[in-house]
Amino acid sequence: MSGKKNTAFLIFQDNEDARPIIEAVEQDNPGVNIQYQPGMVRLERAGSLIVKRETVEELIGREWDVQEMHLVLISLAGNVDEDDDKFELSWG
Amino acid sequence: MSIEISAKAITPIRLSYGNLEERFGNKRPASRYQEAVYDVQPTANFQYRPLWDKNHEIYDTGRTAIVMEDWYSFADPRQYYYGTYTIARAKQQEVAEHNYAFVDKRDLLDELPDDIKQAVRDILVPLRHVEWAANMNNCQIDCMGYGTTICSVAMFNAMDHLGMAQYISRIGLLIDGNEVTALDAAKKDWMDAPEWQGLRHAIEDMFVLEDWFELMVAQNFVLDGLIFPLLWDRFERKLSQNGGGTIAMLTEFMSEWYSETVRWTNALAKVTAQESEANQQLLSSWLDKWTNRLSEALEPVAEKAFGTEGAAELAEVKQELLARFGKQGLTV
Repeated sequence: MSGKKNTAFLIFQDNEDARPIIEAVEQDNPGVNIQYQPGMVRLERAGSLIVKRETVEELIGREWDVQEMHLVLISLAGNVDEDDDKFELSWG
Repeated sequence: MSIEISAKAITPIRLSYGNLEERFGNKRPASRYQEAVYDVQPTANFQYRPLWDKNHEIYDTGRTAIVMEDWYSFADPRQYYYGTYTIARAKQQEVAEHNYAFVDKRDLLDELPDDIKQAVRDILVPLRHVEWAANMNNCQIDCMGYGTTICSVAMFNAMDHLGMAQYISRIGLLIDGNEVTALDAAKKDWMDAPEWQGLRHAIEDMFVLEDWFELMVAQNFVLDGLIFPLLWDRFERKLSQNGGGTIAMLTEFMSEWYSETVRWTNALAKVTAQESEANQQLLSSWLDKWTNRLSEALEPVAEKAFGTEGAAELAEVKQELLARFGKQGLTV
């Protein structure tokens, strides 16, 4: 685990519903570090992390509300900037 | 005494079926859609050829002139398999059912101006026969087609068209206080009125097309691509502007359905045209042939619906359709 102060992270449950979100984060965040732990998946990246609605929708083939993410979200770090199209975490 | 609870990860030995690992690698688990549709098409050990077609195996890639190295190159962007499809449609059906009940309870159709009611009887109600034909055609595509990604889309499409034919029938019943007068009149128009005969002729010619992919182009690319924007969108809006907004409540499914359908027809056109020069030319020639034939057939209908602006409205819709498939790599 990174002890760096500016690391933004998201932790999801490791299940069917979270999988497309994890994949979308992987696509949209170059250099994201993904750790598969028992029952959960931790995604961390220096500075910022973004979940984009459009990418997730493309992966699951239907309309997706960014709020649906909270059903599988365990924890997060960073300042949240959220609207209808994205959920973004960042420091500073 | 301290108890140490240690987490132990149990990783699955394999993440998906062998056929999916071959296609997509074994890096991540396969989606339900992939598990449901890929490689389901029977490919070998057919034994006897069908009595009704001695030139082909029962499942045969040779029933269309389109050649694909892998018939699973196309994937439905909506990722519909039985589960996702029925869940999505059940939600829409619930909304539609509520709207019909609402309109019925408040007798909203009785409040419509008479000319709007007549326009619905003349233009929209006869379309139930077009929808039924679309159901037949998609069943045919499903029956003769090859590759489960394509066939499943055709079958879902067939059921959607049947559902829409039923919605139209219900509008026809509602508009005349549950009497079948509007439905009977529409059937008579469909069989005899001069403005529908060109379209009926074209549709009956589509019933007997040999090549299922040509039927796919004629029905799902072109006919739907003309009728839905022209009648379920533009004509609908014209009705709403003249006080027929209630009708839009009852046909919401049609416009939702069409914007969804555009996504997979685009994807199918693109993937098939990309495969080879020959496919691209074949698709383009079918697109050309059926756009001309069907837009000509729809001209009198457009005139009846829009009056003098009919030809211009139809021309715009046709341009939009051609531009859409031009973007997918077809020559228009």
